[in-house]
Amino acid sequence: MSVSRAQGFDITHKRKLNIAALAVHGMMILSALVAVLVTVGIVFSLAFEAWLFFEKVSFWDFLFGTNWSPQTALRADQVGASGSFGAIPLITGTLLISFIAMAIATPIGLASAIYLAEYAQKQTRDVVKPLLEVLAGIPTVVYGFFAALTLAPFIRMTGEGAGLEVASESALAAGVAMGIMIVPLISSLSDDVINSVPQSLRDASLGMGATHSETIRKVILPAALPGIAGSLLLATSTAIGETMIVVMAAGLAANMTLNPLDSVTTITVQIVVLLTGDQEFDSAKTLSAFALGLLLFFATLALNVTALKIVKRFREQYD
Amino acid sequence: MAYALEKSDAAQLGPSEAVASDPALISAVDVDVFYGEKQALKGISLDVPEHRVTSLIGPSGCGKTTFLRCLNRMNDLIDVCRVEGEIKIAGQNIYAPEVDVVSLRAQVGMVFQKPNPFPKSIFENVAYGPRIHGLASKKSDLQGTVEASLKRAGLWEEVSDRLDHPATALSGGQQQRLCIARAIAVEPKVILMDEPCSALDPIATAHIEELIDELRQKFTIIIVTHSMQQAARVSQHTAFFHMGVLVEHGKTEQIFTTPNDERTESYITGRIG
Amino acid sequence: MTDSFTQHSPHLANRHAAEIRFQWAGRVAIFLALAFLFVMIGSIFYKGTGAFWRTYVALDIDLSKDAIDPQDLAGASYGGLVKKALKAKFPDVKARRDRRKLYGLVSSDAAFALRKWAEENPAELGGVRKFWFVASDDVDVLRKGGIDVEGKESDRRVSDKELKWVATLAAEGRIEQRFNWAFFTSGDSREPELAGILSALVGSAWSLLVCFFLSFPVGIMAAIYLEEFSKKGWWSDLLEVNINNLAAVPSIVFGLLGLAIFLNTFGLPRSSPLVGGMVLALMTLPTIIIAARAALRAVPPSIREAALGIGASPLQSTFHHVLPLAMPGMLTGAIVGMARALGETAPLLMIGMVAFIADVPQSILEPATALPVQIFLWADSPERAFLEKASAAIIVLLFFLVVMNLIAIVLRRRMEQRF
Ligand SMILES: Nc1ncnc2c1ncn2[C@@H]1O[C@H](COP(=O)(O)OP(=O)(O)O)[C@@H](O)[C@H]1O
Ligand SMILES: [Mg+2]
Repeated sequence: MSVSRAQGFDITHKRKLNIAALAVHGMMILSALVAVLVTVGIVFSLAFEAWLFFEKVSFWDFLFGTNWSPQTALRADQVGASGSFGAIPLITGTLLISFIAMAIATPIGLASAIYLAEYAQKQTRDVVKPLLEVLAGIPTVVYGFFAALTLAPFIRMTGEGAGLEVASESALAAGVAMGIMIVPLISSLSDDVINSVPQSLRDASLGMGATHSETIRKVILPAALPGIAGSLLLATSTAIGETMIVVMAAGLAANMTLNPLDSVTTITVQIVVLLTGDQEFDSAKTLSAFALGLLLFFATLALNVTALKIVKRFREQYD
Repeated sequence: MAYALEKSDAAQLGPSEAVASDPALISAVDVDVFYGEKQALKGISLDVPEHRVTSLIGPSGCGKTTFLRCLNRMNDLIDVCRVEGEIKIAGQNIYAPEVDVVSLRAQVGMVFQKPNPFPKSIFENVAYGPRIHGLASKKSDLQGTVEASLKRAGLWEEVSDRLDHPATALSGGQQQRLCIARAIAVEPKVILMDEPCSALDPIATAHIEELIDELRQKFTIIIVTHSMQQAARVSQHTAFFHMGVLVEHGKTEQIFTTPNDERTESYITGRIG
Repeated sequence: MTDSFTQHSPHLANRHAAEIRFQWAGRVAIFLALAFLFVMIGSIFYKGTGAFWRTYVALDIDLSKDAIDPQDLAGASYGGLVKKALKAKFPDVKARRDRRKLYGLVSSDAAFALRKWAEENPAELGGVRKFWFVASDDVDVLRKGGIDVEGKESDRRVSDKELKWVATLAAEGRIEQRFNWAFFTSGDSREPELAGILSALVGSAWSLLVCFFLSFPVGIMAAIYLEEFSKKGWWSDLLEVNINNLAAVPSIVFGLLGLAIFLNTFGLPRSSPLVGGMVLALMTLPTIIIAARAALRAVPPSIREAALGIGASPLQSTFHHVLPLAMPGMLTGAIVGMARALGETAPLLMIGMVAFIADVPQSILEPATALPVQIFLWADSPERAFLEKASAAIIVLLFFLVVMNLIAIVLRRRMEQRF
C-alpha cells in the first residue's frame, strides 16, 4: 500500500527562533518584575537608612521612648545635644487622628453604603455614587487646605464659644477632614460587599416578616461583616499613611494626649518636617525620618495584607 | 393513568370529601399579575382549603412562583411587579391599604427553592423569627420554641447536640428542614413552599415529603412542584397552571385520574412541559 | 400569632419606627458627606475666584525729556517717576513713614512695567500720560472686601490714611479690577499680586510626562504578561499580591524611596521633574496594571480564539488583536492614574520639589515645583493675599482633574458600547 504525501501540508516545521518575540517576552517579564523591585527597593532603602539611624539611637529608645524632640544642638556641649527620638508620642498622635477619622468615616460610610445598596432608587444611586467618588478624587492637599483654614478656625470658635480650650491646630480638625476623605473608600467597598450577599438571604428574612432594617441589621450585615471589616482596615491604613491633611492641619509639637481638641503631631508630619528644609546628611535627625518611614510601611502593610486576605476570602465564600 | 395515590390520603380524607366541602382559608379572585408590560398571571381565581396541602403544578414559566409570592406579598419587593384582583386570607384582603406586610408575612411563611439558611448557628436560625416578632420574652421560652420547631421539622434528633454549629455546615436536606423549622417557629397560618425539594436528593426529598404531610395538621400548605409524583404523594388538592392561566383545580386524585381539560391531561401524561 | 394583618400592636409600631429611623440614618449620612463636599468646594470657590481678577491703579506719569531721556532709557529712574506721580496726587502727605505707605499703594512691579513700556514705545515719550499699574496686595485685598474697614485701625493691615487715599483714587475712577492674566502667565513671586501658577503648572506637566512615559508602557507590559502569558503559580501569586499591596502603600513612602534611591544613590538632580515623575510613576504603576488587566479581561475570548485559529502566534494574537481592543480601557486607567498623580503632593515634598520657583522650568532636569505643592506653599504663607492665590490654584487643579476624569468617562462609555 502506498501512501501519497500531501503536497504543502507540513505541520512539523519549527518556526525560526524569533529574536523579536524573545525580546518582547523579556520586556514583559521585566515589567512585571518592576512591581517586585519597587517593594524590594522600599524595604531595602528604608531598612538601610533606618539601620544607620539605629547605630546612633537605640531601637528600644526609638520604639518605646516617650519624648520626641529631634532637633540636634548647634554646639556639641549643649544640653540634650543628641536630640531625643522616642516615637511613642508620634504613634499616639497618629492613632488619635486616625481614630477620629474612622469615628467619622465608619458610620457615615457604612450608613451611606447601606442606604445606597438597599434603599435608594436607581436615580438616587446614579447621582449620589459619583458624587461620593468625587470626594475620593479630590487631592488631599485640598482637604488639608480646607481643614487648616476653614475647619480648624471654625472648630476653635465653636469650642471656645462652649467654654472649651481648643488648640488652633486641633487633632479634631485634621481628623474630621480625613474622615470625610475616607468615606468613599468605606462606602464603595462596603456597597460592593453588601451587594454580593445573596438575594436568597434577604428573601428568607423578609419572607418570614422581618422588616427591611431588621433584615439588614441581623442578616445582611453579619453576613457581610468580613468584607466590611476588610474595608475598614484598608481605610485605617489610608488614614495612618495620609500626609498632606496632617501636614497642613495638625501640629508639630509631639504631645502625648488623647484630647481631640489638643494639638498632636503624626509620623507622616514628622517625616515631612525632618526631610524638608535644610538637612544635614547622615545626621540622626535626617535618618530618623527613614526609621519612621519603615515603621509606617510595616504598619500599613500589615493592615493591607490582612484586609486583602479577609476580603478575598469573603469573595470566595459567595462566588 | 400511571399515578397511584398513596393510601394514606384516601384513608384520611375519605372518598366522599369534595373540594367544595373543604372550608377555604385563602381565596383569590380574578388575580392578574404584571411584570412591567408583561402579564404573568391572567384572571386567577382559586380557593385554598385550610389544613390541606395544595400543590401548584405546571410547566416552567407558567406563573406558579409568581402566584405563590402574591400570597405573602413577596412580589412587593420587585419594583416592576403589579398585582390586580383580590386575594383574601381568612376573610381579609391582603392587598388592602391597611394591611401590614410585616405581620402578613409573619402569618404566611415561606420556604424557598434552594435552602437558604442564614450564615449563623442552627439555634440562631430558628430563633430569628421569634426574636424579631417578640414572641419569646424569656430565654427559656425561646429555647422551648426552637426545640419544638426543630422537633416538628424532624431535625431535632440530628442536631440537638450541636445547636451552636453553623447552619451552613448541614447537608442540603437538613438545611431545607432547618428552613422549614425556621418558618414554623413563628407559628404561621400558612406555609408557602416553592419547589422545596428541587435541590435535594431522593432520600432527603422523601424526608421532606413526610414532614409536609405531618405539618398539614397544624398549617395550611401550598407547595409548588415540578414533580407530578410529588404532587400526587403529598397534596390533597392540585391546581394546574399553564401559560399564566389556572387551567383546572380540584382534588388531587381527580386531577390526576380524570382531568377535565385536555391541557391538564397532556401535561400529566408528559406531552407538554 | 394574631389573626389580623391590620392590627397594629405597640411592638409592631416600634419595629416600624425603627425602620424609619434606620432609613433616615442613611439619608443623614449621605447628606453629611455631600454637605461637606459642597461646603469645601464652595468655600474654595468663594475664596479663590477673586484671584482671577486683580486691582489696578491709574497714575499720571511725567514722560517729559527731563524725566526720561529718549537717548538714555536705561538711565531714567522709573521707580522715582511712579513715586513722583503718587506724590503729585497726594501733595499734603509729608511724613516719611506716610510717604513710604503712599508709595506702597502700587506694586513694586510698577517701575518695571513703566520701563518696559518706555523701551517698547520710545516714540510716544513726552508729556504726561495715564498708566494703569498693578496695585499692591493690600489694596487688592481691600478692594475685594477682604479687610474689615469698620474695625479698629490697629487690627488691620491697612491704615486709615491708606483707606482715604484709596477712596480718593476710586472716586476719581483711578482704581479698576481687570482679569488677572498674569496668574496664568507668571511664576511664583514674593509679591502676592505678581504671583502666578505657570511655573508650577509646567513643573506638573513635565512630571506627568515623565510619569506617563514610564508607567504606561511598563504597566501595560506587566498587565499583558500577567493576563495572557504567566502561568498560575507561586510566581504569579507573588506578583499579584505585590501589586495589590503597592496600590495601598502610603504615597509618602514612595517619596522616601525616591529620596534614598534616585537622589542619594543614583545622584539624580534634586527637585527635578525627572525624579518627581519617576516617583509618581512607581506610585501610579499598580493603578495602571490593575486597570489594564481589567481591560484585557474584558476582551472576549472569541477574539483570541479567532486569531489563534488562523495560525497567529500567542504574541501576534495579543499584540495585533487583543491589545487594540483593550487599549481604550488601558488609556482610561492611565488617565485616572495620571489624575491621581497630578494631585499628589507628599512624595514630591520628599524629593525637594518644594522650593520657591519663579522661573518656568525649561526641561525635566531643572528645579521645579508642582501645582499641588504650590498650593501647599501658598497655603502655608502668612500673607492673606496668598490664601486667595492658593484657593485659585486649587480651582485650576480641580479643573484639570475634572477634565481628565471626563475624558476617562467618555472613553469608558465608548468602550462599553463596543462589547
Ligand atoms: N422578576 C421578574 N421580572 C420579570 N419577569 C418575571 C420575573 N419573575 C418572573 N417573571 C416572568 O413571569 C413568568 C412566570 O414566572 P414564574 O412565576 O417564575 O414561573 P414558574 O415558577 O412557574 O416557573 C415567566 O415568564 C417569567 O419570565
Ligand atoms: Mg418557579
